[in-house]
Amino acid sequence: MSTMILQLQHVFKHYQLEGKQIPVLKDINFEVEAGATLAIVGPSGSGKSTLLGLCAGLDQPSEGSIRLHGIELAGLNEDKLAQIRNEHVGFVFQNFQLLPTLTALENVMVPMELKGQKDHKAKAIALLERVGLGGRADHYPSQLSGGEQQRVSLARAFANKPKILFADEPTGNLDAETSQIIEEMLFELNRESGTTLIIVTHDLELAAKTQRVIPIKGGQIQ
Amino acid sequence: MNWRWIFLMAWRDSRKNRSRLFLFISSIILGIASLVSMNSFNRNLKKDIDLQAAELIGADLALETNRKPTAATLAFIDSLNKLSLNFAKEERFMSMLRFPKADASRFVQVRALEGSFPFYGAVETKPTGAFGKFNQEQGIYIENPLLLQYSLQLGDTLQLGTKNFPLLGGITAQPGQSAIAGAMAPSLFIPLAQLQGAGLQQTGSRIEYHYYFKLPADFQVDKKIKSWKDKLSTLQLRASTIQTTKENTGRSFADMANFMELVGFVALLLGCIGVSSAVQIYVREKLMSVAILRCLGTSAKQAFFIFVIQFAAIGLLGGIVGAALGTVIQFAIPYVMQDVLPVALTTQIVWPAIFQGILLGLVIAVLFALLPLLSVRHISPLNSLRLQEEPEGLLKDKLKIWVYLLIILFIVLFARTQMDTWLQTLLFSLGIGFTFLLLYGVARGFTWLIRKYFPSNWSYLWRQGLSNLWRPNNQTVILIVSIGLGTTLIATLYFVQDMLLNRVAISAQQNEANMLMFDIQPSQREGISQLAQKSGYPIVESVPIVTMFMEAVNGTSLQDVLKDTTSEISGRAFRGEIRATYRDSLSASEKVSAGKWVGQVSPTDTASVSLDENYAEGIGVKVGDVLTMNVQGLRLPAKVSSLRKVDWNRFQSNFRMVFAKGSIDQAPQFYLMMTKVTGEEQAMRFQQEVVNSYPNVSIIDMNAVLSILNTILEKIGFIIKFIGGFSILTGIVVLISSVRISKYQRIKENVLLRTLGASSKQIYLITISEYMFLGLLAALCGLFIALVASSMLAIFVFESAFVPPLGFVLFILTAVPAMTVFIGLINSLTVLNKSPLAVLRNN
Repeated sequence: MSTMILQLQHVFKHYQLEGKQIPVLKDINFEVEAGATLAIVGPSGSGKSTLLGLCAGLDQPSEGSIRLHGIELAGLNEDKLAQIRNEHVGFVFQNFQLLPTLTALENVMVPMELKGQKDHKAKAIALLERVGLGGRADHYPSQLSGGEQQRVSLARAFANKPKILFADEPTGNLDAETSQIIEEMLFELNRESGTTLIIVTHDLELAAKTQRVIPIKGGQIQ
Repeated sequence: MNWRWIFLMAWRDSRKNRSRLFLFISSIILGIASLVSMNSFNRNLKKDIDLQAAELIGADLALETNRKPTAATLAFIDSLNKLSLNFAKEERFMSMLRFPKADASRFVQVRALEGSFPFYGAVETKPTGAFGKFNQEQGIYIENPLLLQYSLQLGDTLQLGTKNFPLLGGITAQPGQSAIAGAMAPSLFIPLAQLQGAGLQQTGSRIEYHYYFKLPADFQVDKKIKSWKDKLSTLQLRASTIQTTKENTGRSFADMANFMELVGFVALLLGCIGVSSAVQIYVREKLMSVAILRCLGTSAKQAFFIFVIQFAAIGLLGGIVGAALGTVIQFAIPYVMQDVLPVALTTQIVWPAIFQGILLGLVIAVLFALLPLLSVRHISPLNSLRLQEEPEGLLKDKLKIWVYLLIILFIVLFARTQMDTWLQTLLFSLGIGFTFLLLYGVARGFTWLIRKYFPSNWSYLWRQGLSNLWRPNNQTVILIVSIGLGTTLIATLYFVQDMLLNRVAISAQQNEANMLMFDIQPSQREGISQLAQKSGYPIVESVPIVTMFMEAVNGTSLQDVLKDTTSEISGRAFRGEIRATYRDSLSASEKVSAGKWVGQVSPTDTASVSLDENYAEGIGVKVGDVLTMNVQGLRLPAKVSSLRKVDWNRFQSNFRMVFAKGSIDQAPQFYLMMTKVTGEEQAMRFQQEVVNSYPNVSIIDMNAVLSILNTILEKIGFIIKFIGGFSILTGIVVLISSVRISKYQRIKENVLLRTLGASSKQIYLITISEYMFLGLLAALCGLFIALVASSMLAIFVFESAFVPPLGFVLFILTAVPAMTVFIGLINSLTVLNKSPLAVLRNN
C-alpha cells in the first residue's frame, strides 16, 4: 500500500485574462509521503500560493491529476472538496484568518462541529491549552495579538487531526520572536499528531527546518 | 445538512453585527408599520361600518327622489308604508339661515322631517337628549360648530326663510354623515310641519324628497328592491338599504384604505431596495469569513444559509417591530380621520393585520436579501489566500433570475390582495415598475449629467464632495429614489391643492362676479337688482332658470329604454330634474361644437335646444334628435339644434340645456343672479341685506367657498402627507444606514486626507457638500416628476393652467438638502472625529 498522501502529476494551471491564457503553473509533478514535512519556496508571483490552493483542494487544476489521501481531486464538485478539506486538511494562513465574529474557542470548535464530533468543546479547550491560550478562550480575534491569533489558528488547524496541513507563510506577519514560538509550536504539533506538513514560504530559514524543499519559479519546479 | 450547526453559526456570526443588521432592516420597519396601520384601520372601519350600517341609514329602507313625487310615486310609497312598522319622510334642500343676534347668515342644508326618524341610531345633540323635543316644541337644531362660531345659546332666535325659530340644540352626530360633509353646508333639523309658511318651498326650490321605512324583521328588503328595479327607475326613486349602505360606504372607504396600503407598500419596496443594496455591501465585507469557512470544509449551501437565516431572523424582528409600531399608529388614526368618516371609529388590535405585517417583514427581507446573498454561494475558498473578486452578471447566476421573478410575483400577489381585479393588479404592478424606473432613470440621468459636465474649476472640497456621490459602494441612486419619491408625493399633493385653490381664486378674481344668488323668484328680481345697484355692485348676470325633466328622446321613453337594453339612449337621460335656461346668444364660456346655434324661435315653431356636448354624449343624444320635455306638467317637444363645448371652470352660470329664446319664456321660472362685491366686510353686509329682505334667496360667497375648500383639502391631504412622510422617513433610514455601512471606508478616506494635511473644517465641508448635493439631486428628481405629474393633471384632469408656486419649489430645494445634510452629518460625527493615529494603528 502506498504511503503517499499527496501526488501531483502533470499539473497545469492557467487563467483567462481578456481572452488570453495566462499560465501560472506548468507541468508540476511531485509526491509527498505521509508524515513528511515539505516546504515550497519561491519569490513572489512564482505560483506558490496557487500550487497550495490546488493541493488543498481549494481550486481545480486546468490539466493534470492531484490525489490527496488517495482521492483524485480533479473533477470533484465543491461540496465534495469541502468535505475532503474538513476531514483530511488543515490550514494555517499568513493573516491568521480567524472568523472575527467567533471567540477563540468557537474558532477552534468549527471544524469539529462541521465534522459532527461530539466532545468538540472539551477537545477545543484542550487544544487552546496546548497552545497556551486556555485563559483566552472567550476572547474575540480583535482582542488577541497577532501571535495569539496565529496560535488559535494552529489549534484550529489541528482540531480535526488532519492528514495533511498546509501553512501559507505562517510567520509572514509576525515579529522574529513570535515567529520563533509559532514555528516551534507548528513543528511540535506536527510531530505529535503525525500530520504531513506543507509550508509555502519565501523564508529559507523556515524552509530549511522541513525535510524537503521544492523550489518553484515562473510556475515551474526548479 | 447540519441545520443545528448552521443556526448556531448564524447566531454566532450575527453577534457582532446585530446593530448593523437591524439598521439594514430598519428601512422596512416603516413600510411594515404603514401597512399594518392602514390594514388595521381598514379592518376596524369595515367592522364599524358593518356594526353601524343600520345607524348610517337610520332605517331599513330609504327611498329618495329629487323630483316632486307624482301621484304614482306617492301611491307606491303609501303601499310600502302600509307594510312598515314605522315611516318618516324628509324634505332636504339648501337655504340661508340667519342669526339675528350675530347679524350674520350661513348657507345650510335643511332637513325637514316628519315622523320619528332615525329608527336606528340617534341624532346626538348638545345638551344630551335635546333631540327629544323635536316635533314636541317649536324650534330647530343646527350643527354644533355653528353655535360656537356665532356664539349662540339655546333659545336664541334663528331665521329660516320668513319664519323665526328658537334654537333647541346643537347637533354633534347624525346618521350617516361625516363631520367634514357639513363643512360646506351644515345640517339644520326642523319638523316638516313647522316649515310651512317659511316661503322656502317655492318654484325652483331644489328639494330632495326622502322616505324612510322601518320594516318587519322577516321582510326581505334587498330581494324586493331587486324585483322593483324597473318600477323604482320609472318612478325616479333611488333606494338604499342597510345592506347597500354597508356595501357602498364600505367600498369607498376600503378603496381609500387599500390605496393607502398600496402607497405604504411602495414605501416598503423602497426600503427593501435599500436592504438589498446594504446587504450587498455586507456580503462584500463577509467575503473573507465565508472563504475561511469554505476552507474549513463548509459547503457553499451551508455558508449561504448561515446568512439567509440571519436576514430571515432580522426580517422577522423588523416585522414584529413594524407591526407593533403600525398598531400604535393605528390608535392615532381616528384623531386625524374621524372628521371624514361617517361612522364612529373604534380601534382595536387587529391580529390578522399584525400577522400579515410580520410575515411580510420576514418574506420581503429574505427575498430582497437573497439577491446579494446568492453571491455567497460563489465565494471561493481561494479568497482566504488572496482576494479574487468575481464580477457577476445577472445572467451568470440563473437563480438570480428566479429571485427576480419571485419578487415580481410577490409584488403582483400582494397587490392582488388589495385590488378587485387582475387588470387593476397588472396596471398597479406595471405602474410601480414604471415609477421606479422613472425615478431610477431621472436619478441616473442627473448623476450622469453631473459627471459629464463636472465642474472641474470648482474648489477641491466641493469637487471631492460631489464626486463622493459615485464612490464605490455608493447608495446614491437608492437614496435619490426614496427621498425623491417622498418629495414627489408631497410636492404633487401641494401642487394639486394649490392648483385647485388657485383655480377657484383666479376665477373669482378674473370673473366679474364673486357672489352667487339663487332661488330668486321673478317678483324678487327687481328688488335684488336695486339692492345691489344701490350699494354700487353691478349685476353681472341675471339668468332665468326653468326646471323640467325629460320624458322621451325621439319618442323613446324610459320604459322603452328599460325594455330595450340595446338602446343607444341612456336611462340617465330621464333621471333627475333638469335646470335649463333660455337666451338668444352664446356666453363667453361656450362654443358650438356640432350643429347650428339657434338663438330665437317664434312661439309657433318647435322649441330649439342646445346641449353641452359631454352631457349629450353621456345620454346618447345627437343633433337633430327631438326631446320631449315635461315643463312642470306641460309637454314640450324640443329639437336639438346644436351641441356646445362649455368651459365649466369659470365662475359663471353654465347650463347643460340652453333653449332658444321664445321656446320656454312663458314657463314658471326663477332666477340666478351674480354680482361683484369687493371686500370681505362689504360681502358680509350685502349678504345680510339680501337675506334680511329675501329670506328664501341663497347666497354663495366665493371667499367663503375658498376657505371651506382649503379646510377640506387640508383634511384629505393629510392622509397623503402621512403616507408621503413614510416614504421620506424610509429615505432617511436608508440614508442613515448607508452612512453607517460605509463608515469604515469613510474613516479610512478621512484619515488619509488628514494624514495628507486636511483640516477638520475641510473634512466637514467635504461631507456637507456631499450630502447637500445628494439632497439637492433627490429634491430635483422629486420636483421634476411632481411638476410633470401636476402639469399632466392640469392638462388632462383639471383642464386648467398650472403655474408652479415658486415659493414652495424653493422651499423643497432648500429643505430636502438641509435635512439630508443634517442627517448625514449627525451620523458621520463618529467618523469625522476619529483620530488618524488610532486608525492607522488599527490598520
